[in-house]
Amino acid sequence: MHRNNDDNQAGQMTTLILRTASTYLMPLLLLFSIFILIRGHYEPGGGFVGGLIASIALVVYGYANGLKRIKSFLQFHPGGLIPTGVTLAMLSGIAPMFLGKPFMTGLWLDQQLPIIGHVGTALFFDTGVYLVVVGTTLTIIFSIGEEIDS
Amino acid sequence: MVILLAMMVGLMYAAGIYLVLRRSLVKLIIGLILLGNAANLLIFLIGGITRGEPPVIGEGEFTLGEIYADPLPQALILTAIVIGFGLQAFAMVLLEQEYREAGVTDLDSLKDEDTDDQ
Amino acid sequence: MLTAVLVGFVAALGFAFAGNHMRKSVSYWIPFLPASLFVYFALMVPPVLADGAILFQYNWAESMGVSMNFRLDILSLLFALLITGIGTLVFLYSTAYMRDHKQLDRFYGYLSLFMASMLGLVLAENLITLFVFWEMTSISSFFLIGFNYRDKKAGRAALTALCITGGGGLLLLVALLMMGQIAGTYSFTEILQSGDLLRDSLMYPVILLLLFAGVFTKSAQFPFHFWLPEAMRAPTPVSTYLHSATMVKAGIYLLARFHPVLEGPGLWQNTLLIVGGITMLFGAIHALLRTDMKAILAYTTISALGIMVFLTGLGTPAALAALGLFILVHALYKSSMFLLTGVLDKTTGTRNLTQLRGLGKYMPLVFAAGMLAALSNAGLLPALGYHSKHLFYEASLGHITHSTLLTGLALVTNILLLAAGLLIGLRPFTGQPSHQPGERVSSLLWLPTLLPGLLAVAAGLAPVFMEKTLTSPFTNELTTTAFEGHLHLWGGFDQLLMLSVMTLAAGLIVYWKFSTPKESRVDLVKREKLSPGGLMYKAALKLRNFFKTLIHILQNGYLRYYTSVIIGFLVLLMGLRIQYSLEFNYDLERILDVQAIEAVTMLVMVISVVVSVVSKSRLLAVASLGAVGLCICLIFLYFSAPDLAMTQFTIDTLTVVLFVLLLNGLPAYLLKADQGIHWRDLILAGGFGTLIFVFTLEVLNQPTDSGINAFYAENAYLLAKGKNVVNVILVDFRGVDTLIEIVVLAVAGLGVFSLIKLKVTDAPE
Repeated sequence: MHRNNDDNQAGQMTTLILRTASTYLMPLLLLFSIFILIRGHYEPGGGFVGGLIASIALVVYGYANGLKRIKSFLQFHPGGLIPTGVTLAMLSGIAPMFLGKPFMTGLWLDQQLPIIGHVGTALFFDTGVYLVVVGTTLTIIFSIGEEIDS
Repeated sequence: MVILLAMMVGLMYAAGIYLVLRRSLVKLIIGLILLGNAANLLIFLIGGITRGEPPVIGEGEFTLGEIYADPLPQALILTAIVIGFGLQAFAMVLLEQEYREAGVTDLDSLKDEDTDDQ
Repeated sequence: MLTAVLVGFVAALGFAFAGNHMRKSVSYWIPFLPASLFVYFALMVPPVLADGAILFQYNWAESMGVSMNFRLDILSLLFALLITGIGTLVFLYSTAYMRDHKQLDRFYGYLSLFMASMLGLVLAENLITLFVFWEMTSISSFFLIGFNYRDKKAGRAALTALCITGGGGLLLLVALLMMGQIAGTYSFTEILQSGDLLRDSLMYPVILLLLFAGVFTKSAQFPFHFWLPEAMRAPTPVSTYLHSATMVKAGIYLLARFHPVLEGPGLWQNTLLIVGGITMLFGAIHALLRTDMKAILAYTTISALGIMVFLTGLGTPAALAALGLFILVHALYKSSMFLLTGVLDKTTGTRNLTQLRGLGKYMPLVFAAGMLAALSNAGLLPALGYHSKHLFYEASLGHITHSTLLTGLALVTNILLLAAGLLIGLRPFTGQPSHQPGERVSSLLWLPTLLPGLLAVAAGLAPVFMEKTLTSPFTNELTTTAFEGHLHLWGGFDQLLMLSVMTLAAGLIVYWKFSTPKESRVDLVKREKLSPGGLMYKAALKLRNFFKTLIHILQNGYLRYYTSVIIGFLVLLMGLRIQYSLEFNYDLERILDVQAIEAVTMLVMVISVVVSVVSKSRLLAVASLGAVGLCICLIFLYFSAPDLAMTQFTIDTLTVVLFVLLLNGLPAYLLKADQGIHWRDLILAGGFGTLIFVFTLEVLNQPTDSGINAFYAENAYLLAKGKNVVNVILVDFRGVDTLIEIVVLAVAGLGVFSLIKLKVTDAPE
């Protein structure tokens, strides 16, 4: 683990170009993934795809710049996203029960918000899916990455 | 195209099974991934395939048109793909850990690891 | 009523999870559970005597005709009172007897489980419910016999008991199902009306034999008796409760239950008379050949159960009256004898009769209990046993054709049993003291031991009461002919009195003869190789060895072998299926309609699949695997599944990344493949692939329009305000599925994480 993993594995896998590109690409891809998530209800996309795109963005960044950089960028363990996501999805399912409706009934705001459009529990549910996918994928890939490094 | 796809599914299943029966753990995993892909394709095919009519409701309309691809198998496959990934990752890591512990990737050499005759 | 049955299960669960909190102080409260149940059932006596049978109805699996109905009539009430009454004594006794045991939670848990199952068994009104409870008593008995699980022999005994009673239970299930089929109902109350239907059925003999298999195994009839002496490895309170007073009588209960429906002069009577006769004599003889007190008690129990089967076989009103009375009498004196044995074992550390003498001086109350039990067993006034013995002789004398033979059999059995009873109740307390017990016997030990004896005497002195509450309603329940005879303290100088006197005299002589143990007796015990138990054990060993060999052939440890067997079997099975129905009537135009770009994609895909299989370089294999994934992505795109295409693309990327990461650490391919295996696998895989192809075509032949997709198409926007129908299904219509699926995904992720991060370390033992 203490071996300079930036050199060691980045040396094999990346070039300066990739490193530079990923620095700019990552925020763009992350934004794109959120865009895909939000539009999912109307156009192809959604939580699963969005989450996967976000994961790819972070994975590419991680392997261009080293795992330590990505960790300091994220500031928390990606595994934490998993329970957050499940809880969010769960809550969006439970929410209608407070209004006396059955579990998982969709609730919608009447007015459209700018950019996002209609907001309803489905969007929160999909966000939960998004977070779980990101969390799981990153947990898997980063765990393996650390294992390989050590 | 249906018949070609059906053949393709058959070929992928055959390839997957063949690889699963190899001695190498790596081939076992490649085989599993092929089988997973084959299963997704099979469901997709059986659900009925339609060209160029995605199940997305058009601008200003409230229901899908006359002809549209069946959205239900698609929803099924979508989650299957993602969960399949989780499963494949688990299998791969299991293999990797097995190699770390036992030092071999030959399935046959694992034979006596956990049989206790005596 | 449901509460009464279920409270035991709830308590069992509670005890099981109580763990270490289950301390002595708590255990003093436990006897209140059976005691309150006893009171509940005791209060039911007057209404049952007035109304005959009371039904309690609760629905269970209504669609299958299985309901949770309970039926309380005199038969089930008698058993329910025994179960809760003896249960109270045993629970009370256990608080002292098991006081220092470390695993009281398990003990009380199993015991409550047993009590509840047994109650359910005798109260069940439905054949299926009855069977479920029947098996539960077998299972709880298994746990209790093997309670001292460190004792290998206890484990074996538990397994033997489970195999025998469980196996019999399965045959019983078949009998019950057949009865249900023929009668068209599983409700016992309704089956009561279908006696003639059942007796006239062609299946009648089969039903009887299967039913007998269940009864004889459970109630330890010859030749299935051998599990019972082995079961004496259980703690003494357990032996008292399960293997003497209650569980082994479940078979008798079943016989009595079905007596009105199934009894008949041929197979029913003869089998029961023969098996019961052999068992009662066999058990009585064996009892005298033992020196371990619990072994003696086990064999006398077998003998007593034989008597009950015998009485059922006689089937006359007198015999049935005797049966009802004897069930009660036996439970009372046998539990007393068992508990007494436990006291002696506890205070002296041995149960060997040759070493126990003169203890009456130190424990007079226990001695009194022993004497009362022996008195009841001997059938002497004023104990209740007097009446049951009288009825027994009356019944055997009443047999039309073989009264002499049967009475002789009964006489010999009673003589031997009388002697055996004295060996338990009298011998350890007389003569020169062999031990000097340090402390006084706790009241929690002697009270439950003495109480049944006192009860037996009290009941014996009230013959009119017993006749009104037990014998005549019991007989009325089981048969249409009323019982003419009466219970009385003095019946004059008649045949019965003569027989009783003969029994007593001969029994005393036998006791005197056997009261000094001889070496030869012990020898005889060892020659058990040819006993039914020994033979069955041998057969079981043979069977086990056979399967062991079979398993070694089938499960040789090679994963590939297992896989190929499974696949081969599937190919064979599906291949056979092809013969039956295959028809293809396709719209050829639709099938063969291929666009150029699709054809190219397919070609690339075929090449990629082949390369990923044959490539000798792992990196190339992984790369072509990636190519396969991309081709699938394109197919999704061509055929209107943009969501799938996106998902497939991203996942494909991640899979390849993962694979490349991991491959770094792994060695190169091993290139060792036996040519023969190679071809075999190719054929297997090819066959499987072909079958999949054929079946895919066949499935496509079927219409797919189920109307479900139409629902989604119409309501996606109107109900769920979404236009991407796939996404709407995922997050709205089938949202709960998705919720579970992301949990699955999360578990996979956690699995990977823990596989990597949580290394198994060899913890120092």
